[in-house]
Amino acid sequence: MSEFFAMGDYAAFVWPSYAVAFGVMAGLLAWAWWSARHGEAEVERLRAAGLDPRREAGRGGTP
Amino acid sequence: MHRFANPTRFLRLANVLLPWLGVAAVLLLGSGLWLGLFRSPADYQQGETVRIMYVHVPAAWVALAGYSTLALSSLAFLVWKHPLADLAARAASPIGAGFTAIALVTGALWGQPMWGTWWVWDARLTSVLVLFFLYVGHMALTNAFDDPERGGRAGAVLALVGVVNLPIIKFSVDWWNTLHQPASVLRMGGSAIDPAMLTPLFVMAGGYFAVFAAALLLRIRALYAERRLRQLRLSLPDA
Repeated sequence: MSEFFAMGDYAAFVWPSYAVAFGVMAGLLAWAWWSARHGEAEVERLRAAGLDPRREAGRGGTP
Repeated sequence: MHRFANPTRFLRLANVLLPWLGVAAVLLLGSGLWLGLFRSPADYQQGETVRIMYVHVPAAWVALAGYSTLALSSLAFLVWKHPLADLAARAASPIGAGFTAIALVTGALWGQPMWGTWWVWDARLTSVLVLFFLYVGHMALTNAFDDPERGGRAGAVLALVGVVNLPIIKFSVDWWNTLHQPASVLRMGGSAIDPAMLTPLFVMAGGYFAVFAAALLLRIRALYAERRLRQLRLSLPDA
């Protein structure tokens, strides 16, 4: 097992490569997911508060 | 194509695709790791460092495919002026930059033990660095205008001019002397790589593409929500 982790004495190059690749991909996905959730929740919040421009337009002359 | 230019229809399609892309990414990256780390041999010249190939080469492929996504979206935006194409272009650049960064960093980590240097200013490495700066430049330029329409157009022009870099990257290893090895997977006369290494490479690449597609769809959703928020805020009476 320790032989596996030693990677033929190239552990210092192999493992950081894998860490960078998977770290960056996880970061991209987390950011993309969070920004979509956050943005859509904010739209919902404003719409629930009655600020939808489409509904605003339709409301026209009602008191 | 035009059918999916409708945002509502596009979002519905994206929400159908996203869980499948997630499952595909987990399965492909999981089996890619298993095959690449446990089931593939060390190289007779490069020893265990050849395993860096499984994380490095797919990143470079996605970096190039990401730029094609950016360029095609930009072209569609300039020709048809459809806002969704603008959002796709804006979504593609930071993700493409991320994958280009993976390719550059893992390339340096592979270069040091095999070439004896982290970096050389040769054609392949330099043109990929230019790709990274094109992505970053696109991000900066699209956000540099108060009017998103103008920002989108400026970014689209930059993205299309930058397309000239794609063939330079691909053929840089043939046109100039370089430390980087020549094309060995996609080349005339078939691949030069043994199937025991080619399988984990393709499986891992499939996982990378699933991650790219999932992140792209999520970012388009986020940017669409941002656009809606902008419209909502502009419609406020006191705005």
